[in-house]
Amino acid sequence: MTSSRFIITVIGSDRVGIVARVTTVMASYSVNIVDISQTIMQGIFTMIMLAEAPKENFDLTAFQQAMDAEGKSLGVEVKVQHEDAFRFMHRI
Amino acid sequence: MYINPNEILETIQMVRMEHLDIRTVTMGISLRDCCHPDIEIFNENIYEKITSRAKDLVRTTNEIQSLYGIPIINRRISVTPIAIVAESCKSQDFVSVAQTMDEAAKDAGVDFIGGFSALVHKGETRGDHKLINSIPEALASTEKVCSSVNVATTKAGINMDAVGLMGNIIKKTAELTADRDGIGCAKLVVFANAPEDNPFMAGAFHGIGEPECVINVGVSGPGVVNAAVRELENPNLTEISETIKKTAFKITRMGEMVGKEVSRRLGVEFGILDLSLAPTPEIGDSVAAILEAMGLERCGAHGTTAALALLNDAVKKGGAMASSSVGGLSGAFIPVSEDAGMIEAVKVGALSLEKLEAMTSVCSVGLDMIAVPGDTSAATLSAIIADEMAIGVINKKTTAVRIIPAPGKRVGDSVEFGGLLGSAPIMSLSKFSSETFIKRGGRIPAPIQSLTN
Repeated sequence: MTSSRFIITVIGSDRVGIVARVTTVMASYSVNIVDISQTIMQGIFTMIMLAEAPKENFDLTAFQQAMDAEGKSLGVEVKVQHEDAFRFMHRI
Repeated sequence: MYINPNEILETIQMVRMEHLDIRTVTMGISLRDCCHPDIEIFNENIYEKITSRAKDLVRTTNEIQSLYGIPIINRRISVTPIAIVAESCKSQDFVSVAQTMDEAAKDAGVDFIGGFSALVHKGETRGDHKLINSIPEALASTEKVCSSVNVATTKAGINMDAVGLMGNIIKKTAELTADRDGIGCAKLVVFANAPEDNPFMAGAFHGIGEPECVINVGVSGPGVVNAAVRELENPNLTEISETIKKTAFKITRMGEMVGKEVSRRLGVEFGILDLSLAPTPEIGDSVAAILEAMGLERCGAHGTTAALALLNDAVKKGGAMASSSVGGLSGAFIPVSEDAGMIEAVKVGALSLEKLEAMTSVCSVGLDMIAVPGDTSAATLSAIIADEMAIGVINKKTTAVRIIPAPGKRVGDSVEFGGLLGSAPIMSLSKFSSETFIKRGGRIPAPIQSLTN
C-alpha cells in the first residue's frame, strides 16, 4: 500500500438523496473526493468515487462502518476499498 | 494510472457474486531451533515459538481484508515436519506434541495448523515411525492439527512399507473419530512428491528448505472462472482456455497484492502464491461446474479428463504470468465432499472412483475427500494409495490421497462434516482383494527418467 486513496462504490436502487448523504459522511471524516462518476446500469444506481483519506489519524475501520451503516439506512450497498485492489488486479 | 469503472465493477462482482476469495494466508514457521530430548521442554519451546511468531497474524489479515474488501477465509500455520524436530525426544509417542500445536493454534486464533508430518519416501527413522503411529490419537484428540506423510517421490520411488502402514493408520484414525463420521481422516493426507511450501491443508508443512518464517498465500476462485466461461457465446475450446488464463491472471494478481502487504506489515518474508481452484460446498463455487460449462452433461462423463487438463494448464499459465512467486500446488482441486457439483455427479452415478483416479493424473492434487464404506480393509486403502502414488511418481507431479473409511456407513449412505469440508456420498470400491500385494512391502523403485512413453 503506497497511497491513502480509496475507491468507494455505491450500488443499489435509485432514490433521492443518496449522493448527499454518502458525501456528508465522507466530509465528517475529512475524506476528499478526487473523482466521481455515477450511472444507472440496467435500472441499478451505481456510483464510483475515487477518494482521498487524510494521511494522519485516519480510522479506516470507523469510516467503513459509518459508510456501511449509512448505506444500509439508504437501502444501498456501500464499499470502501483501497485503490490497489483495483489497480493490481487487471494490469501488469 | 486511470482506473476503469468497468474493471471496478468486475472486481466487485467477482467478490460479491462469484465467491472470489483469498482462501488462506499461511505462516510457515521453522521449529528447527526447538529440539530438546525432554519432550516437555520441546513442547514448551514450540508453543513459545509458534505463538510469538504468529501473534499478529490474525489481526493483520483482518485489517487487510477490510482495506481491500477481499475476504480472507482461513488463517493457518505450517511448521517443520514434527518427525524431524521431535526425533531426539525420549518419548514413546508424539501425541502431546500435536496437543501443544493445537493449543498454540487456538491461542494464535488460526483455523488450522499443519506439519504433524513425516517424510518417509525412501525409508523411516525411529522418529518417523513414532510420529506415524501417533497420528490416530493425535488427530482424534485435537481440533486444528493436520497431518501428512510423504511416502513417494519420483527420485526415490514408492515406500510400500509406509503405504502398507498408512492403510492401517487411516483405519485407526477413522475408528477413533467414529462418532463424527471419521472426520480425523479429513485432516490426514498421504503424498507423493509433496511440495514444501503448500498453504493448503491438510497437506501444509514448512519444508526444510524454507526460511525461518514465511507468508504463503492460497487464492481460489472457481466461481469466477465458471462465470467467465459461461459468459462466452458458443466458444471453442481454444477460446475457453484463453478466457480461463485471463481470469486466472486476475485472481493471481489479487493474491499477490494481499500476500505482499501481509508480509510487509508483519515483517516476514513473502514466500509463494498458490493459485488453486479450490471449491467450497457453496453453490456456484464448484470446479465440477466449470467442467460442465465446457460442455459435459455431468462431471465424470467421457471427456472429463481432457476438460480438467485444459483447465489445470490454463490456470497455471495465467498464474505464472501474473506473479513470479507462483508455487505450492497451483491448479485445480477435485475434492468430492467440498464441491457441490462433484457430490451431485457421484450421486447420479456419473462419477466413479476409477474416473476420479484418471482425473488425478492431470489435476493438482489427487484423490481428495473421498468417503468409502467403513468396512473397507486397510489393505484396500493402501492399494488405493499405492495407485495414486504411482500416478504421481511416474508423471513427476504431486499426488495425494485423503480418504475416509466412514465407520458404519455403506454405499448409498453419506457423511456430513459441515463447513468447508462439506458432505460426501459413500463411493463403491472393487470387491477384489489387494492384500497379498500390499503385504509384500519393500520399495517400488524410482522410475527411469528417459524413455518417457
